Amino acid sequence: MEPARVPVAELDRESAVWLSRLATRSGERQAAERELHARLVRIASAEVRRRSASTPVTGQELDDVAHQAAADAMIAILAKLGDFRGESRFITWAYRFVILEVSAKLGRHYWRNPPVALDARQWERLPDRFGLDPVRHAESAAMLAEVRRVVKDELTEHQRRVFVAIVVDGIPLDALAAKLGLRRNAIYKVIFDARRKIRQALVANGYLDEAGVEQR
Amino acid sequence: MSDFEALDRFLQTDPRDVGCDRAMAVLHIYVDLAAAGEEAASRYPGVAAHLRACGPCGEDFAGLLLAVTGG
Repeated sequence: MEPARVPVAELDRESAVWLSRLATRSGERQAAERELHARLVRIASAEVRRRSASTPVTGQELDDVAHQAAADAMIAILAKLGDFRGESRFITWAYRFVILEVSAKLGRHYWRNPPVALDARQWERLPDRFGLDPVRHAESAAMLAEVRRVVKDELTEHQRRVFVAIVVDGIPLDALAAKLGLRRNAIYKVIFDARRKIRQALVANGYLDEAGVEQR
Repeated sequence: MSDFEALDRFLQTDPRDVGCDRAMAVLHIYVDLAAAGEEAASRYPGVAAHLRACGPCGEDFAGLLLAVTGG
């Protein structure tokens, strides 16, 4: 591990102490690493509990995710100490690693016991996701039919697969990213472009106002 | 039209949205500003737009904020 470089920005006292302890070559460094790791385990454990309602991962596997996330975050933090610029508190910078590790690991673990298979295409569940009732409201039924037409006719095959998995089937974005071997940002960009394309079609056909709900 | 509000809100895209990679690259800075009660959203409007639209990044923001505020 490279010793931490002196940050450009002026550091708060707590951050300076962390960097100093982690850069020393004495036993103090090992003590600092143990303390940081213990904090990462605590944060990861709290985070997996906070997210437990929105993941099929449960029980011991959830604890395993927390410990794996803390261990991997610790390795990344020590490897990247020299990248810390003092733009935030050190502990916030460090905790970001473990939070992102929890997200990535929950995405991968989703497929060990997935509640929804990839390509399930549960179109019948789409109205519930947006609080629409196509049985009672003909306009809702027509709008949903238009959404489905745009997805089928105007999205690329990749856009269609990603949109259906995320929006129609409700597969978590990080889980789909893990399954397809893509970065979160790549999946998000596909959904972003699909949202824009679908909305343009709904506006063109009079289902939605150009201005949108935020501007009303 | 109000029946369609949730769908319309989901479909709307914000041109300021910086995407996941750029938002996560400054998440620690954004969170420290938010934790200190400063105007993180006005300093980083593109990040704020992204966190509103991206569920996973919004969750990461919420988790990190909770971690550093001791919640």
